Amino acid sequence: MDDLLSKIAGGYNYIAYITIMMIGLYAVIAKRNLVKKIIGMSIFQTAIILFYISIGAKKGATIPILMHDHGPEAAEHAIKAADYINPLPHVLMLTAIVVAVATLGVALSLAVKVYQRYGTLEEPEIQDQINKS
Amino acid sequence: MSEQLPAFIIVAPLIGACLIFIAGFTRRGLCYPLAMVSMVVALGSSIGVLHQVLVDGPLIYKLGGWDPPWGIVYNVDALNALVLAVVAAVALVNLVASRQFIDAQPFYRIGAFYALYILAVTGLMGMVITGDVFNLYVLLEIASLTGYALVAMGDDRAPLSALNYVLVGTIGASFYLLGVGFLYAMTGSLNMVDIAQRLPGLYGSTAVFAAFVMIMVGIWFKAAFFPLHSWLPNAYTYAPPPSAGLLAPLMTKVMIYVMIRMMLTVFTPAYSFSFGLLNQVVVWLAVIAIVAGAIMALAAKDFKRLLAYIIVSEVGYMVGGAWLGNRLGMTGSMLHLVNDAAMTLCVFLAAAALSFRLKDTKLTSFQGLFKTMPFTMGALVIGGLSIIGVPPTCGFFSKWYLISAGIQAGAWGYIAALLFSSLVNLILFFKIFEIAYFEPFSAHGHGHDNGGHGQVSALAVREAPAQVVVPLVVTAIGLVVLGLYSKELVAGVIDLGLPLGLK
Amino acid sequence: MKKLALILVLLCWGFLAFAAADFPRLGDPNSPASTHLSPYFIEKAYEDTATPNIVTAVLADYRSYDTMFETTVVFAAGVACFLLLRFYHFSEPPSHLYRHKPSGTVIQVPRGYRLKGEHTELEPIDRDWAPKDPIVEVASRILIPFIQIFALYVVVHGHHSPGGGFQGGVILGASLVLLAISRDLRTAQATLGESKNSILSALGVLIYVGVGAVTLALGSNFLDYAALAGLMGVDQVIARNLGILFVEVGVAVAVMATMFLIYRNVASAGALDEGL
Repeated sequence: MDDLLSKIAGGYNYIAYITIMMIGLYAVIAKRNLVKKIIGMSIFQTAIILFYISIGAKKGATIPILMHDHGPEAAEHAIKAADYINPLPHVLMLTAIVVAVATLGVALSLAVKVYQRYGTLEEPEIQDQINKS
Repeated sequence: MSEQLPAFIIVAPLIGACLIFIAGFTRRGLCYPLAMVSMVVALGSSIGVLHQVLVDGPLIYKLGGWDPPWGIVYNVDALNALVLAVVAAVALVNLVASRQFIDAQPFYRIGAFYALYILAVTGLMGMVITGDVFNLYVLLEIASLTGYALVAMGDDRAPLSALNYVLVGTIGASFYLLGVGFLYAMTGSLNMVDIAQRLPGLYGSTAVFAAFVMIMVGIWFKAAFFPLHSWLPNAYTYAPPPSAGLLAPLMTKVMIYVMIRMMLTVFTPAYSFSFGLLNQVVVWLAVIAIVAGAIMALAAKDFKRLLAYIIVSEVGYMVGGAWLGNRLGMTGSMLHLVNDAAMTLCVFLAAAALSFRLKDTKLTSFQGLFKTMPFTMGALVIGGLSIIGVPPTCGFFSKWYLISAGIQAGAWGYIAALLFSSLVNLILFFKIFEIAYFEPFSAHGHGHDNGGHGQVSALAVREAPAQVVVPLVVTAIGLVVLGLYSKELVAGVIDLGLPLGLK
Repeated sequence: MKKLALILVLLCWGFLAFAAADFPRLGDPNSPASTHLSPYFIEKAYEDTATPNIVTAVLADYRSYDTMFETTVVFAAGVACFLLLRFYHFSEPPSHLYRHKPSGTVIQVPRGYRLKGEHTELEPIDRDWAPKDPIVEVASRILIPFIQIFALYVVVHGHHSPGGGFQGGVILGASLVLLAISRDLRTAQATLGESKNSILSALGVLIYVGVGAVTLALGSNFLDYAALAGLMGVDQVIARNLGILFVEVGVAVAVMATMFLIYRNVASAGALDEGL
């Protein structure tokens, strides 16, 4: 048990992202205001982005942009994988960020539409209006 | 050229969607023809790829020319070639039926509507064809984003239902993405085949187990598997006819296919079926899904809502069948996936046709429809019989496979649930037919004519426009044809796609 | 409801934290993620594509199919926002407002009446409460060109430094949004009209897919930029390098146009009038 606990604590970056993610999830489930729910959704997605970026980290390495980039000279310097961090999570997260922005845009336009229809963004009030009609 | 065929499946609709959106501002008349052309090309190349796969075996298409696992590849085997053809065919048939509705929208929306429709199809087909787990997420988001917007175009509560769908759908997709991240952290790869090769050494790891659970839960969110189905009934009830006709048959089915693919290709049956307890829990969840869907459908007063709950129940069939852990169950699940796409298309097209002549789709307003809309109701009867599972129609055969699989696995609860839901479907559809056929329609009769019951036959036939009825009748005939050829479909296609190790 | 949510969230937290125990430590150079695919990318990217920024090389070449759909997602969101919110006014509003530029006075003209002749000193506005602030206006007028030049630099320099199509496209889009915020949506509308805006967003995706279609037409696999070598008279490595540039331009156009399309529809709830 102690072993497991120390292992969990050793992965503090994972604990951090899990906590952020759960804050987002809680907001989506428990908040009554639709825009707050959308914010929760955004937090949730951001936490996953953090997780991916933390996978890409490598001790003693720098950003994945080669330093000697002038034509033939570059070939002379042997490029060592250990010197640069893993580029793949960054690539994936560029995509995920764009997806998150796109989702946020659509969610906000839906919120605008809901507001136009009901005049409020509070879920209980909307529910009241639906029950009345 | 034929080795480039897989690329056309995705490229044609993607180019089509961009051109349609441009045409929406410059030449509106071109929107529909462009949409048709891109769907026809997509369907043609899907069928071509299916043929190639059946003749030459599974194919790999390297995008950008990069070898896997560094680049992204298409992995096409018999199963996803079949699903691709089904998706393209359903989308094409529904597109024909949608024209009447979309062209009646305000003029500035027409281009955007067609563009989103085609983009949604692109996303769905891309999800099926790709061999990369992260690429699947991106395409899943395309299919979902367009789906949210298409659902929200309905009236009344549609935007609210769509917003709810956005929240739940995004959580689902994020769970999937998180699972992919777990897999990447543990194996360092994103290619499905490569992950499958690197996983066996890690089978004991809790992180891989968590990845498996996260991916499955994410997919179940999107597939509306029972406790996670809350978004579906409202979304499909309030969605406009073209969107409902596209999303209801395809979205959940494609997600079920993705689940099967994850179980077979990425985690392999050896891992997926190694947790005795988990398998049983999922099958029991499926049982609850089937029963709950059936009961909620019984309580529904609106035709579209009833259909939506039937979908919840059908998702239970397929998830349960896939998790029984034997070859028959997987076969039944795949066959039911194909059949259910066709059946759902049929009944939702019928709902679309009805919405042209009825003010609402409440069951009580169905009185006398057999007289006024004979073709629509005829097709609905075939669709209903298929959902119930009556022999010449396709629904019977897949249910037969599922029940045999249940017997083989000894899952008596699952069999009981299948029979119970068939019984409920029987009651549901005969209730509809009774209202539409037998019930004396005093309420309507008083409106026109002289109000007497003797005047019933004087009701004129008022069918929906031919553009809707023809695709509907074609789909209904397709249900019978699918049923007649289901043995060939199983032996010639589905069986080839299942891994040999699965007994 | 709230308690239930809390219990659910805590259970989920526990499950994920339990799973995290198996993960490699932060920054571990021997983690599977750092040893399986990434060494190939780091060591070969320059050889294959002549692009020192490995992220760009992986994004727009090795995984360019992903990036194509990333652009498509943005485009789809733009189309979705347009479809959801946009509506056209067909009836004339009850009154038109004009601002006298030199004095700042607002004139109201009731429906059915028109101003006679040309009035260069009067500008049509949508809301009289939107104040006209010369400081904001002049400051943004100076800033916007620099922002746009910087955006172009980010787009084309993505091969050598952090940047690329998305980043540059977003900065370009932000410059348009700044114009719309600092003046009003009407002014921004005059700079980039709605149909032009929409066509640009589709065009960006078309440029991307078009590059792929050209490679298909040349008989190579979709998005295999090496096929462009013969067409442009360069070797395959430089062809890949240029291919990356082409698609980055497509991405930048699509993202710029779509960001503004989303902004204009969401900010004005689809009416495309005063904005915010």
